[in-house]
Amino acid sequence: MIEADDLRKTFTVYRRAGRLRRERRLVTAVDGVSFAVGPGEMVGYIGPNGAGKSTTIKMLTGILVPSSGKVSVAGLAPARRRTELARRIGVVFGNRSLLWWDLPLRDSFELLRHIYRVPAAQYRGRLAELGELLDLGPFMDTPVRQLSLGQRMRGELTAALLHAPKVLFLDEPTVGLDIVSKARVRDFLAELNRERGVTVLLTTHDLSDIERLCPRMVIIDHGKVLYDGGTVEIAARFGGERTLVVDLAESRPPLRLARGSVVRTDGPRQWIKFRSDETTAATLIAAVSEQAQLVDLSIEEPSIEEVVRRVYTGEAVPA
Amino acid sequence: MAERLAQLTTYRRLAGASIRARAQYRLTFALDFAAQFVAGLSDFLAILVIFHHLPQLGGWSLPEVAFLYGMAGISFALTDLWIGQLDTLGQMIRLGTFDVFLVRPLGSLFQVVASELQLKRLAKAGQAAAVLAYALANLHIAWSPARILMVAVAIGSGAAIFSGVWIAGSAISFWTTDVQEIVNSFTYGGSFLTSYPINIFGAWTRRLLAFVVPMAFVAYYPSLFILGKPDAVIGQPALAFASPLIAGLTLLAAAAVWRSGVRHYRSTGS
Repeated sequence: MIEADDLRKTFTVYRRAGRLRRERRLVTAVDGVSFAVGPGEMVGYIGPNGAGKSTTIKMLTGILVPSSGKVSVAGLAPARRRTELARRIGVVFGNRSLLWWDLPLRDSFELLRHIYRVPAAQYRGRLAELGELLDLGPFMDTPVRQLSLGQRMRGELTAALLHAPKVLFLDEPTVGLDIVSKARVRDFLAELNRERGVTVLLTTHDLSDIERLCPRMVIIDHGKVLYDGGTVEIAARFGGERTLVVDLAESRPPLRLARGSVVRTDGPRQWIKFRSDETTAATLIAAVSEQAQLVDLSIEEPSIEEVVRRVYTGEAVPA
Repeated sequence: MAERLAQLTTYRRLAGASIRARAQYRLTFALDFAAQFVAGLSDFLAILVIFHHLPQLGGWSLPEVAFLYGMAGISFALTDLWIGQLDTLGQMIRLGTFDVFLVRPLGSLFQVVASELQLKRLAKAGQAAAVLAYALANLHIAWSPARILMVAVAIGSGAAIFSGVWIAGSAISFWTTDVQEIVNSFTYGGSFLTSYPINIFGAWTRRLLAFVVPMAFVAYYPSLFILGKPDAVIGQPALAFASPLIAGLTLLAAAAVWRSGVRHYRSTGS
């Protein structure tokens, strides 16, 4: 469904050097990326900021013309056959709206129906179905600019799927969403992939998105593929590792716990690292409160930067 | 043909949506409309001031210049109404919002143009038409079928030439942003120049207008033909018949520049 072979994108960047002189510099955003996604797969495409994720997605969707390398999406070369491709793919950008800002959601959908020339009967059916799955009813007639981020994202998903695309590209679909909205978007995507076999490529900053949705992930950094394989393998190494941050009533020496170890203390606050395959947060919290008076707590998930660092240092399996 | 018709429907829907979105701000619309009308009139006032001091301008009387002004003005107003939205292209490119047009199954230029139809721009057409009406009332044109046809041909070709220059100029934003001022000097500046007989300009400006940025074909040559004026400085009135050809070539060149520009689009932001 998606094939990238030695894909590259170089930008020329001009920087001011002195009063009139400009310095010309080549920046390689994507540097020889190759991977393939089969029909019905759901793949996470992750990496730190500036790793080249969005640039890759833009080449796959036909927005950017690759500097070199081969791309094929749904059997088409994206940039060259852009309008044909557009009918076969759906795109959602977390930080860019594809809806009409001043118009009610319903009108945006109606316009998209004409742009994609979706037959009326098919359109009604899909809109009813998507509307129910994403619970759009309460805000169908609200102008897009008045929607909350979570509501807008549900609208964006609907907009991207009205023409029944085979491939769905999601660029940071959960960015800025609260937990409830996030869960809703995730459930919807999982169902979409399972029930309809839509191929999904998802970039995200949130590792838990990937863990819950994508059996496979591709990690890139500095424009190069660092890892391409099962999400479980990465998770097994350390992905299941979480940090419980506890605020105790008073400062005290590091707690001694059967499972989980204190990696840092700062006054009454202590950081306890644990593996979710060995214990649960609840058990750990109970163990902590037996030894000390607990005031507050939070759980930190490993960040993508952390994952990348570990892949580099060889703690996780390389590609 | 069916394809074209479908595009027209889509255009109507997209433009209609923008009008509906605008309709929320009625007073702004009314004020804008009035402002456009007055601003257009002030251009013509400048011409009136000149004729207050001179009986003729490069061998052209006031009604003749008014005719030229009206013809060019209508062409320009139609262009502005139709593709004026290109003024915001630089901003769309800078913010990366142009992305949206590239993931939809329609031409990108079509979508930019259809993204907004500002009816306030009709004010300019109305004002130019008023000046043209004044000119026609004061001229004694020996109308013939060819001359009547030329009025329509000239307005159509003129709009096409303006469009081509405008499209190609805006497309420069794909390579480098912040060129809007330069682009404006060709489009709005071009519209200013076409309101005067080109023989009053220096030799180099005349050549530029006749052959490089083909503004002379917008209204000057057609007006020579319709008014039966012989004294063209470059070429002759018969060049009026070349206007549709020049218009076609300008549009083709503009389309090529646009396509090349889209391939150079860099899509900033994440």
